Amino acid sequence: MTKYILWRLAGSVPLVLGIATIIFFLVNLAPGDPTLLLLSPGMNQEVVEQMRANFGLDQPVYIRYVKWLGAMLTGDFGYSFSHSRPVLEVIKGVLPNTLILSAFALVIAFVTGIVLGTIQAVRQYSLMDSTMSVVLLFFYSMPSFWLALMLILSLSLYARNVWDWPIWFPASGMTGVDHEFLSFAGRIQDRVMHLVLPTLSLSLVLTAGIARYMRASMLEVVRQDFVRTAHAKGLPERVVVFKHALRNALIPIITLVGLYIPVLFSGTVFIEMIFAWPGMGRTLFDAIFQRDYPVVMAGTFFFALMVVTANLVADVLYAVVDPRIRYE
Amino acid sequence: MSEMRGGRVLAAALPGLPQLLSGRWGVGTTALLTWIGMWWIVITKLDRIPAFFGGAWDEKLAVWTVLVALSTSGIWSWRDAGLERGPKVVGVSQWDLAVRAFSKNRTAVAGLIVIVGLYLIALVTPLIAPHDPNAQYDLLTNRLIGMSAAHPLGTDQFARDVLSRLLYGARISLTIGFVAVSISVTIGTLVGAIAGFLGGFVDGAIMRFVDMVISFPRLVLLITIIAIFQPSIFLIIAVLGLTLWPGTARIVRGEVLSLREREFVQAAEALGYPKRRIILRHLIPNALAPVIVAATLGMGNTIVLEAGLSFLGLGVQPPTASWGTMVAAGRNTLLTAWWLSTFPGLAIVFTVLSFNLVGDGLRDALDPRLRT
Repeated sequence: MTKYILWRLAGSVPLVLGIATIIFFLVNLAPGDPTLLLLSPGMNQEVVEQMRANFGLDQPVYIRYVKWLGAMLTGDFGYSFSHSRPVLEVIKGVLPNTLILSAFALVIAFVTGIVLGTIQAVRQYSLMDSTMSVVLLFFYSMPSFWLALMLILSLSLYARNVWDWPIWFPASGMTGVDHEFLSFAGRIQDRVMHLVLPTLSLSLVLTAGIARYMRASMLEVVRQDFVRTAHAKGLPERVVVFKHALRNALIPIITLVGLYIPVLFSGTVFIEMIFAWPGMGRTLFDAIFQRDYPVVMAGTFFFALMVVTANLVADVLYAVVDPRIRYE
Repeated sequence: MSEMRGGRVLAAALPGLPQLLSGRWGVGTTALLTWIGMWWIVITKLDRIPAFFGGAWDEKLAVWTVLVALSTSGIWSWRDAGLERGPKVVGVSQWDLAVRAFSKNRTAVAGLIVIVGLYLIALVTPLIAPHDPNAQYDLLTNRLIGMSAAHPLGTDQFARDVLSRLLYGARISLTIGFVAVSISVTIGTLVGAIAGFLGGFVDGAIMRFVDMVISFPRLVLLITIIAIFQPSIFLIIAVLGLTLWPGTARIVRGEVLSLREREFVQAAEALGYPKRRIILRHLIPNALAPVIVAATLGMGNTIVLEAGLSFLGLGVQPPTASWGTMVAAGRNTLLTAWWLSTFPGLAIVFTVLSFNLVGDGLRDALDPRLRT
């Protein structure tokens, strides 16, 4: 097992380096220059040159590449032009927020997806199965940004202003304006309330995909001989479903973790924009427009790194639960 | 014989009806709806049609689409009603079987009808749109009004007609989706087939590159590229097309790897055919089934992505109408004008839903193991 993990780890090192290289050249070969942001129209040409030299932008691109890669390997991601702080500090400030959001969304999506898919498979061809299939496909086809707006429209704006519901959810930020003055329990509640809509809009689309996959996987397992045997020896339905079928049907679902992580991170860009959530996606998006190259490169790199890690974890998990594929 | 004549009489009265009555509801509904819809356009927009023959290219396209759609549905239904229909015994190909399996799948056929309808509507949009999509009416009186007879889906913050913009937006979304997917499928198929067939170093290099591209969150990659250059429709199409292909390449490579060991490919190699011929004539046609499924599902995906980019202001630029920009435009007036964001979003959902239904149906129909 250790050997397998080490082998996989070694395999992802060139992958990560390759990704870093693509990011660097994509960003640095582009027209435009971060100093443009700091210039005022009447500036002396010498000052401009000096400024470019300060950022190291006067050197040829391949030298910058080697320097950047070397610095990055020692954990130095450079200095953000727009935040006027080291990039690592900027990312440290926003990464946890994105991770909270994605972790909640991922857990909720997988739990509900697996439950719904299993229910559908156990009651195949029933009215419930077909209704749920249609509803899930509807959500599966939905852009997350539109779902987010519709949730804000109904559960936040209309619930509060038009329908006068006792419960409505805040539509922006991580905490309310009065967060600092709340009791401990009040703060937790405030946080949770702010998490509801972003998590819901991120996870619903994923849930639909997972449930579809789970249903298919479960149906495949149910047809197999060992399930028939379990039925034949008179085990109760509950035991057959949970102990025999479900456990085996869950194995292919593990690969979905690796597949859905990039989708999830793409989703966070929209969701963080819409809900004013101070996370990686929004920071990266702003950085791109401010031509803040160090943040763009580091942000994209961290996203890609998380995807690679997620894939690695998924592969290792797969090897843990299914020993047949361990040493290929 | 009399049955045939009866069919022809029916077809002459209403194309599609004989097919509908004989149980082939998919083609029947398509022909019937096309016929009725196109006549409705001809009758209600008769005064606009003559000017359109000499108009801009999209106006010419619109009137010609109406004429072609009318004559095709009419002639096809007439001829089809006269054909002898018996059980076909000889020459049942894999594709025939797939078509038969697909047409039994009701939801998939419904999805296909919606897609055909959407493309027809997109083509005739200049004829049927009630207003100019970019015309601003009196801002004081016409801004953000709700649904009414003059503006069936209301107006936006610049007093433009939402329904017209929705119709024109369909053209953008469907075109971008189609072209981008065509590009990516072509590249992906070729690259995947070459990697799978040649193997060795070429395969390793290509597949490592594919792994890298797949490891990026797609949206982040797209935003970075588009923000670097100036956003335009052509850039969107190019970028979407050029970032989607790795998925297809993976699928095709997998298929080719197993096909390569099969006798007919080895025979072709033994005969000394050039590699190009083996890849193009022997490998790719036999690896196409999963590609078609992936392309159909990819259409939905691409339409959502294009809408997302436009939503972020990186896609189609204002004032050109696109579903994504329309959703974004309604963001600030959600409470006062809920219809602004809602309807374009629903349009996206139903379009993507149709593509997903067809994709699912194709997957079931093209996979012999799933056919019953």
